[in-house]
Amino acid sequence: MRYLPLTQPDRAAMLAVIGAATIDELFVDVPEAARLDGPVRDLPMHASEMAVERHMSALAKKNLTAGEAPFFLGCGAYKHHVPASVDHLIQRGEFLTAYTPYQPEIAQGTLQMLFEFQTQVARLLGTDVANASMYDGSTACWEAIVMARRITKRGKAILSAGLHPHYVSVSQTMAKFTGDVLDTTDPRLVPEMDLDRLIAKINDDTSCVVVQYPDILGRIGDLRPLADACHAKKALLIAVVTEPVALGAIASPGEMDADIVVGEGQSLGVGLQFGGPYVGLFGCKDKYVRQMPGRLCGETVDADGRRGFVLTLSTREQHIRREKATSNICTNSGLCALAFSIHMTLLGEAGLRRLAGVNHAGAVHAARRLAEIPGVELLNTHFFNEFTLKLPVEARPVVRTLADRGILAGVSLGRLYPGKDALANGLVVAVTETTTAEDVETFATALSTVLGEILA
Amino acid sequence: MSINQSGWRPTSPEANTGGVPASVTGNKALMLEEALIFEIGDAKTTGVDFGEGDVAHDMLGALTRKAPIGLPGLSEPETVRHYTRLSRQNYGIDLGFFPLGSCTMKHNPRLNEKMARLPGFADVHPLQPVDTVQGALEVIHQLAHWLVTLTGMTSVAMSPKAGAHGELCGVLAIRAALEAKGEGARKIILVPESAHGTNPATAAFAGYSVEDIPATAEGRVDTEALKARLGPDVAGVMITNPNTCGLFERDMREISDAVHAAGGYVYCDGANFNAIVGRVRPGDLGIDAMHINLHKTFSTPHGGGGPGSGPVVFSAALTPFAPLPFVEEQGDQFVLVEEETAGEHHAGSFGRMVAFHGQMGMFTRALTYILSHGADGLRQVSEDAVLNANYILRSLDDTLDAPFGPSGPCMHEALFSDSGLAAGFSTIDIAKGLIDEGFHPMTMYFPLVVHGAMLVEPTETESKAALDQFIAALRSVAERAKAGDPSLKTAPHFAPRARLDETLAARKPVLVWKEPAPLAEAAE
Repeated sequence: MRYLPLTQPDRAAMLAVIGAATIDELFVDVPEAARLDGPVRDLPMHASEMAVERHMSALAKKNLTAGEAPFFLGCGAYKHHVPASVDHLIQRGEFLTAYTPYQPEIAQGTLQMLFEFQTQVARLLGTDVANASMYDGSTACWEAIVMARRITKRGKAILSAGLHPHYVSVSQTMAKFTGDVLDTTDPRLVPEMDLDRLIAKINDDTSCVVVQYPDILGRIGDLRPLADACHAKKALLIAVVTEPVALGAIASPGEMDADIVVGEGQSLGVGLQFGGPYVGLFGCKDKYVRQMPGRLCGETVDADGRRGFVLTLSTREQHIRREKATSNICTNSGLCALAFSIHMTLLGEAGLRRLAGVNHAGAVHAARRLAEIPGVELLNTHFFNEFTLKLPVEARPVVRTLADRGILAGVSLGRLYPGKDALANGLVVAVTETTTAEDVETFATALSTVLGEILA
Repeated sequence: MSINQSGWRPTSPEANTGGVPASVTGNKALMLEEALIFEIGDAKTTGVDFGEGDVAHDMLGALTRKAPIGLPGLSEPETVRHYTRLSRQNYGIDLGFFPLGSCTMKHNPRLNEKMARLPGFADVHPLQPVDTVQGALEVIHQLAHWLVTLTGMTSVAMSPKAGAHGELCGVLAIRAALEAKGEGARKIILVPESAHGTNPATAAFAGYSVEDIPATAEGRVDTEALKARLGPDVAGVMITNPNTCGLFERDMREISDAVHAAGGYVYCDGANFNAIVGRVRPGDLGIDAMHINLHKTFSTPHGGGGPGSGPVVFSAALTPFAPLPFVEEQGDQFVLVEEETAGEHHAGSFGRMVAFHGQMGMFTRALTYILSHGADGLRQVSEDAVLNANYILRSLDDTLDAPFGPSGPCMHEALFSDSGLAAGFSTIDIAKGLIDEGFHPMTMYFPLVVHGAMLVEPTETESKAALDQFIAALRSVAERAKAGDPSLKTAPHFAPRARLDETLAARKPVLVWKEPAPLAEAAE
């Protein structure tokens, strides 16, 4: 019980001040029937730091980590190198153990960082403004759909087939309760994004069109005609970016006139972490800022005229508006936003562009090498660091078999779209700066062997 | 979109006041001023080395980036210095006491951080084949088991990303259960006045209308008023226990029984579970769903606003409706139950709330903390938290008004009001005065049922010496507020900033940095 500083004499002295004979007297309002008379059964007693470390390390060793294997998984979570100083800085106690900056005079560190983060994110996404982060990309995506409903007063959203199926799933869950109508298109293994099919669906009831960029199969499409089609019908274009590094190499959705751009910021600073915590990015045009969910940090001055920062526009928030709030969110991913921002500061414009270039070069090399394997076909005409292969057999058992050989070989569409037989041969492969040429060669050789065995 | 090209830019020298010489840099020894990265960085600098690898643009297509993004870079030493300097303008639990009611800022053990960073947890992908992540799934399964055991409930949904997200999860399960019974016409959620502001926002987000239930004069839910409002249109209640007045809801079982008899469900805001962990199981109080803020009860760091994690425990009645995905032990394997594998047993599930499996990094921290404390330690946690709060309540109720002091012992937080202060003085002046004493202020103006509320939560990780120092400081500040000391109106005096103009920030929002206009243009 090394975290509890009170001694028995302390406790006795404090009870005397309170005027209670025993600690039980302080729990007098708990009905007898609901009191536990001793330690919870089934839980072990307290353990030393060493013993806990041994237990947790044993569990950790049961996993095959990304760093131990040639690694090619993406689809919304990417393995990038995070500079050592990022984790060092976020572990400074003044950041790690700080509270939400509601007392701005003693929280300028967090607040200035959030202001810098908002500016970096807005510039990256190509939007006028950005908020101080959301839970993750998938929940940010749903919040954007709700925001579009508030702005347009319409409840029909069109979701692209290229949107991450888990993001679609989250939106479908929420729509069941809010009464929104979601129109989705079926994913197809074709080289181009389904922009024309989306444009054809837009009508006067449409609140928004949601499109991922690059999409779940790694495809890149020009969003401008889609933005124009949305705006002609007074609907909004929402773009979802799951790989922000891509925006170092290709034009941002905001530059193509998307109204709201949301994203998953995990790629920069955060790490894989088996799916969380991640950091949701959320930017929009200036005119919609008061409808934006989440926290916002704004610049102001103090009583002495010095520049300072505060949380602002909180009249949209749950603690002011209760049931009329723009959302029920009461937290952000502050520490992950800090990691993102530090990583972005280390990269800068020049570093991000080079990082993006290295990612793309590696992916182009891998795509060409893997497509040389008999029966394997590259789907994409354009991609950034992630592309889709069509295998001659179902991809899911191939991934399984390759894992047995120590290779983590991408995400099978069978895993992402269970039951959709037309997609079952698809394998989404991601390559980053952490992928070596040897990794690609090992993967290609093993894939060739495994396919040969299956087809033999 | 241009950014600074000239490198370092000095901040304005401060005015020369009282014979103290002006500072050219704006800094005063360790009282640091720090420019924005946009003012000190530039587009060409980078702090990351990529080696000699190829760079290519050949399969990007027509959308290859041409325009600059506008991102300043700093070298690694400049980056380390920038963020270290910023950090020193922050208060954190590592620096001192945070008496924040309802927000529970307790010591964050560094073992938790170390364990969460083990590559076996930190460096695994959420879509890896499940037999390559058995240890990660076992962490989720073990933590889920302890959460169910500690709460006396049936099951737990691990995926919600934060407390308020957990509230949404609980209310959606209630709605799914009602719809499965053909009772989807129930459209009202009752929320007591003392509830967190997220509760009504959550109910509304889940498609419900919200009705308030008043509090009694002693600071508890008006049970009779609540019972009188129950009926065929009520889906459920959202109640906080221990409540935000710092009191245990004595009638919880009676309230639960009445809600169930009327066909509704009981949601408990578990933000204050740390007051009763190891001593009371919410399942024994008839609760159907409750979220647990892992940072509050199990010490994951607050991080300046997150990330949080809000697993939701469910009663048997709501278990079939819990969200996907979740982890199950099948034979000697842990499996991930997702849409395709849910089967008939979980056919009532209301669906998926997040892309992956929840806040794994928070799970490892919370599990580490639970194992460190064990069953005996967790019971001691709630006892010490309650002891510390009552010690503060009884040590200060001669100086500050404690509106519910006569209602009996408080739980883990002590509630005071600003009544009795000099005219024109309010809670905010006491809060800012505490900053000058070296403390983070308590929670201000919450709960709303008390005028000028000050909610103080010491937590179990504060020593008696720390509490005594805080009590002396708060007593002194309160006495200055009662005497109308004008210097309190301009506090804090010893912080990186004086009081900030929040009205200006809201009236003319400046949310992103923009390059200042050139001097010639500004002069026009």
